[in-house]
Amino acid sequence: MSESTPFRAAAAGRPVAISIRNVSQRFGDAGSPNEVVAVDDMSLDVRRGEFVCLLGPSGCGKSTLLNIVGGLFPATDGVVMVGDKPVKGPLPRDISFVFQESTLFPWYTIRENFDVAFKFQNVAKSEWASRTKQALEAVNMGAFIDHYPNQLSVGMRQRVNLARGIALGTDIILMDEPFAALDEQTRMVLGEDLSELLAKTGKTIVFVTHSLAEAVFLSDRIFVMTARPGRIKSIIEVDEPHPRSPDFMLTPKFSELRNQAYALLRDEVRQAIALAREAEAAHA
Amino acid sequence: MNDQANFTTRSIQVAFLAIMAGVWYGLTKTGAVTPLFLPPMDIVYATFMRLVQTGQFWSAVRVTLFTIAQAWIIAVVAGLLVAYLVTRSRHWTAVMEPLIASTFAIPLTLLFPVFILFFGIGPASKVAYAATYGFFPVALITIAGLNSVDERYLRAAKSMGASSFDTFRHVLFPAAFPVILTGLRVSFFISFASVLGGETLSSAAGVGKAISLAAELMEPARMYAWIVFVIITAVSLNFIVSAIENRRREY
Repeated sequence: MSESTPFRAAAAGRPVAISIRNVSQRFGDAGSPNEVVAVDDMSLDVRRGEFVCLLGPSGCGKSTLLNIVGGLFPATDGVVMVGDKPVKGPLPRDISFVFQESTLFPWYTIRENFDVAFKFQNVAKSEWASRTKQALEAVNMGAFIDHYPNQLSVGMRQRVNLARGIALGTDIILMDEPFAALDEQTRMVLGEDLSELLAKTGKTIVFVTHSLAEAVFLSDRIFVMTARPGRIKSIIEVDEPHPRSPDFMLTPKFSELRNQAYALLRDEVRQAIALAREAEAAHA
Repeated sequence: MNDQANFTTRSIQVAFLAIMAGVWYGLTKTGAVTPLFLPPMDIVYATFMRLVQTGQFWSAVRVTLFTIAQAWIIAVVAGLLVAYLVTRSRHWTAVMEPLIASTFAIPLTLLFPVFILFFGIGPASKVAYAATYGFFPVALITIAGLNSVDERYLRAAKSMGASSFDTFRHVLFPAAFPVILTGLRVSFFISFASVLGGETLSSAAGVGKAISLAAELMEPARMYAWIVFVIITAVSLNFIVSAIENRRREY
């Protein structure tokens, strides 16, 4: 793929990496008043090498959908296929997660954290050291390999967390608001790093966020979701090659897409707030 | 600032010991308490120095320490194992945790004669009794520790394909370790107290037996020499354990 090829156009012809078919998730007893429909009959395809964003108000079921795709819990209805395999549990060889908060184990050093991840995933021991080194260097954290997570800043920790997701070497990475705990500047820098990594490695990424700028800056396609129950409201295509430079954010195209996403999201956010108030009133 | 606080803490602790010694000295020297109940400090000290030089002293100490060690090891192994098995499922935790907690609420001292019946008056009955008593804090505190491990670590391990045993070894156990350590510590001192108590009640050998024997033979100086020895041992052990614990917590 040459620098100038639009990434999405390149991805469009590729095979489907993740296929989500009529997935619904309900919590609580069916038919009872406390039943909550978190995800309602969602279908979408993610192509190989594509960066897809699930954008929606909090509580719209985007993290739920991500957990279902990753096999962390089963959907109430519907099927998720990864390649030609139906998802029935975690697929550590195919899918890795990068979670909201750093999930590095504080009782292990960075090196030990990577080692234990490889062990969980059954990676041959001979590969551990080189993979760790390579992934840490990709996020400029090579010097901190023998530090404990608590010795690092939040931003550095999340950088390492990202590196661990990449080091696991899966084709698909699911990211659940990985930058949510970071300050604006760190978010920006990590976003650029991620765009660069994506261009280099060609990973398939599904990214959950509620940040408009993040969604537009990183995604090839943005799935805007409705407030509860979560459905796809609209799809926005971002036709811009990776790696994306911060200059992209200054272009009219960027603001236009951002405004488009905001217009779609605004009513949903209002509805989500109303729903939250209702729930609070019901509990009181 | 920290040093200052530390110094204040230490001063109060030393002052407390000094006051206790002062009270002892005052009570005995003024004749407020008969030497038959509480002999003067210097006599107890002299008796202690003589006692330490006897072979029977060290053989009693050896018996008692060995009994405590055996009881504690059994308590720890059984407690950790039960906690591991019980926390495998939420259902079993709900069933077993209250059961273990309420058994621990029974004064097991009442059952001490039963242990004597089953295991005789030798060290075996003390091992069984103290191990039983020491088992509960390990099991209960470990169950609580394992159940309070942050969900996100477990989710991360699950997503990476960790097996149930790997999750225990690399996530649950290290995450709960500081809490588990508290359980081990409480269990140790319960085992310690149970062995000494058991020996005092009914035994053929050991420090507890020596104390009750000295009391029966109306040798208060000897009895207090033993008691002071036990107090010093307990305090030193506590000190050592705290030091280890503090070091382990610094990650």
